[in-house]
Amino acid sequence: MSFSATNFAQPRPVPVGIRSNEKSLSSDPFRFRFRGSPSFLGSPHSLRFNPTPPLKLAIPHSRRSPAAAVTDVSNGKMVKSSANMLITKEEGLELYEDMILGRFFEDMCAQMYYRGKMFGFVHLYNGQEAVSTGFIKLLKKEDTVVSTYRDHVHALSKGVPARAVMSELFGKATGCCRGQGGSMHMFSKEHNLIGGFAFIGEGIPVATGAAFSSKYRREVLKEASADHVTLAFFGDGTCNNGQFYECLNMAALWKLPIIFVVENNLWAIGMSHLRATSDPEIWKKGPAFGMAGVHVDGMDVLKVREVAKEAIERARRGDGPTLVECETYRFRGHSLADPDELRDPAEKARYAARDPISALKKYMIENKLANEQELKSIEKKIDEVLDDAVEYSDESPLPPRSQLLENVFADPKGFGIGPDGKYRCEDPKFTQGTAHV
Amino acid sequence: MATLFQGVGAVTPFSASSSLDSNKLLLPSRKSLSISDSRGSIFVYRSDALNLKAATRKQDLLIPNAVATKGETSTSAKSGHELLLFEALHEGLEEEMERDPRVCVMGEDVGHYGGSYKVTKGLAEKYGDLRVLDTPIAENSFTGMGIGAAMTGLRPIVEGMNMGFLLLAFNQISNNCGMLHYTSGGQFTIPIVIRGPGGVGRQLGAEHSQRLESYFQSIPGIQMVACSTPYNAKGLMKAAIRSENPVILFEHVLLYNLKERIPDEEYVLSLEEAEMVRPGEHITILTYSRMRYHVMQAAKTLVNKGYDPEVIDIRSLKPFDLYTIGCSVKKTHRVLIVEECMRTGGIGASLTAAITENFHDYLDAPIVCLSSQDVPTPYAGTLEEWTVVQPAQIVSAVEQLCQ
Repeated sequence: MSFSATNFAQPRPVPVGIRSNEKSLSSDPFRFRFRGSPSFLGSPHSLRFNPTPPLKLAIPHSRRSPAAAVTDVSNGKMVKSSANMLITKEEGLELYEDMILGRFFEDMCAQMYYRGKMFGFVHLYNGQEAVSTGFIKLLKKEDTVVSTYRDHVHALSKGVPARAVMSELFGKATGCCRGQGGSMHMFSKEHNLIGGFAFIGEGIPVATGAAFSSKYRREVLKEASADHVTLAFFGDGTCNNGQFYECLNMAALWKLPIIFVVENNLWAIGMSHLRATSDPEIWKKGPAFGMAGVHVDGMDVLKVREVAKEAIERARRGDGPTLVECETYRFRGHSLADPDELRDPAEKARYAARDPISALKKYMIENKLANEQELKSIEKKIDEVLDDAVEYSDESPLPPRSQLLENVFADPKGFGIGPDGKYRCEDPKFTQGTAHV
Repeated sequence: MATLFQGVGAVTPFSASSSLDSNKLLLPSRKSLSISDSRGSIFVYRSDALNLKAATRKQDLLIPNAVATKGETSTSAKSGHELLLFEALHEGLEEEMERDPRVCVMGEDVGHYGGSYKVTKGLAEKYGDLRVLDTPIAENSFTGMGIGAAMTGLRPIVEGMNMGFLLLAFNQISNNCGMLHYTSGGQFTIPIVIRGPGGVGRQLGAEHSQRLESYFQSIPGIQMVACSTPYNAKGLMKAAIRSENPVILFEHVLLYNLKERIPDEEYVLSLEEAEMVRPGEHITILTYSRMRYHVMQAAKTLVNKGYDPEVIDIRSLKPFDLYTIGCSVKKTHRVLIVEECMRTGGIGASLTAAITENFHDYLDAPIVCLSSQDVPTPYAGTLEEWTVVQPAQIVSAVEQLCQ
């Protein structure tokens, strides 16, 4: 079976450091002879003063026909939504609430960080809520989500209570990982969230394994209801990493029920995606491995949801993986330690104008799905949830000394046999001692 | 040349690899071995050279004898069945796959090819391509995939075609395999087994002759075991698969063709225990994997010279069985560690530290650690021989320690 390179969205011009409105453009991007051209491909300096930003799609941001950006790959025709609306009122409110929860939670995190309640590396998700909400709200509880260090909102969307996430960030024993994971390692067995990984790319093979598990259950263990899908979220920087490609290959080869969701926010800390990638169009890398590759406007939750629906259905049917590239943006720096001085303020302003939350709000109000009052009450509710979460986390106990040695091994016999002939873990004072083998 | 009777749990192999003349057998008298009644009988085995390609290697000395590990194992010669080490691994693996449908294998060439060392031979035909998965050459990713599968309910066994290839999977082994149980607050277990052949082979070159146990030993959250005989290979394989912890099982390229008689009935060994190979009084020799045979070869010489070494195969590289080791140290007061790992930062170095910390008062002499040279293993046969500890060095080290 062959996959053509047609994507779901309209093709974009391949962004290079040189713009086509400059004279004597050659197809070779390395021939720099232009005024103001960079000495190397795509330096931020040149991007800053670019009259037409290279990566912006020319699609007008019109909410009235969101389906215009979603193309049916099977017959190449545009899909027209059968009803006027893409969502019902309940769905709309659910999406709105989830995005508000994500946004307010991250803002609260920043506040708590600066008040000294949490430490270390904290990566906030402001601006990217549409991707998390758009995808995860379509999942069942048994479906799996794998994330990166920017995982607070993925955890919240998947259903991990705000209390559990906040106290994990505070490092308390009541956190979802008992305080042992922290901001970058959110896990929840109940909600099937398997991380939270600090190194980029290392969650993708784990996600591939979860998808393999699902396929194994269906085909080897013959569990008919095993049609769980796995979502792997990662960024643009990860798409230059070997593990990404290795997993694209394996997932397509074995038709694993997985969706690779690229949250392309254009920046890997201070490295612009254009400066790091030979072909910045990530969705094209899907068809290279024989899977569908989709590009979607990640600031528009409804568009994301449409694409997600198709990809999830494909995976559930057993028709294999999808690579979805979501064009999105983070309003804050890479982490709370990042001064974020490198990015062009004009670029930030452009994306701030495409805030997914205000866009959904506008859509719902204009289409009479909800009124100001209802949305305000949702925001108020979330405020209360968060205040409660902070209070709960403040009052939660810190992990005791005895917790240090627990959970190192699932079977604590792994600590070995001590000089007295007994397993170290059999000593009742074992967890108060020191760990060595 | 036939093998003589053997008992359960005992073994005698030697390092000969030539298929041409593996027929030399020496049968020392019981007297010269100074064996007391509790020691048991002598057993002789022959090693085949089926899979080893170096047929024209200079013949090594054969040591035919070993001593039974347990004096009470005087079972009849006819019980049990005889097989080679790789077959023992295969048997253990197959029994576990039969027992639990969640057990699956992933690796390069494990399926249709049957495994580079035939440990998974026939399993793909029996259990299907998904359960015995032929992966593309992407160690980091398929090890990570194994970890993800383990977290979501399966019990995978990841085979590294050579342990050295697992260096490519170090990210996943260190960050995910070892850590995720802890980082998730105990929510996810990772019952994965990572296994493969390592060690210095016959002129395989530097990269194929690596000993990764030293690199992995600091990773918290994993267990490491090294098998050395068909009996413990099968037992450790089964134990590793049944364990809820991630276990790395080190096999040795040159030991796959050892033959031994193992019991018919099912048995599972303990992952954390060491094995007493030869009880003794004068000195404790701690070893593992292939060096066990060099030690036993040296033991024969030592016994002839009047020494009585106690040989322990530590088997569990992480954690150490400090009880067995400690009892031995308290008895003999001298320790010699013989390993194939590098000197710097190897298993011997950790073991030296552990013994010094725990049993310092019982030592009459400093601990001597014989390890491989800190060099990339050369291709040339002579150089390779000098990289690894040889029986003659073991003998002189014992003589020096026992002065």
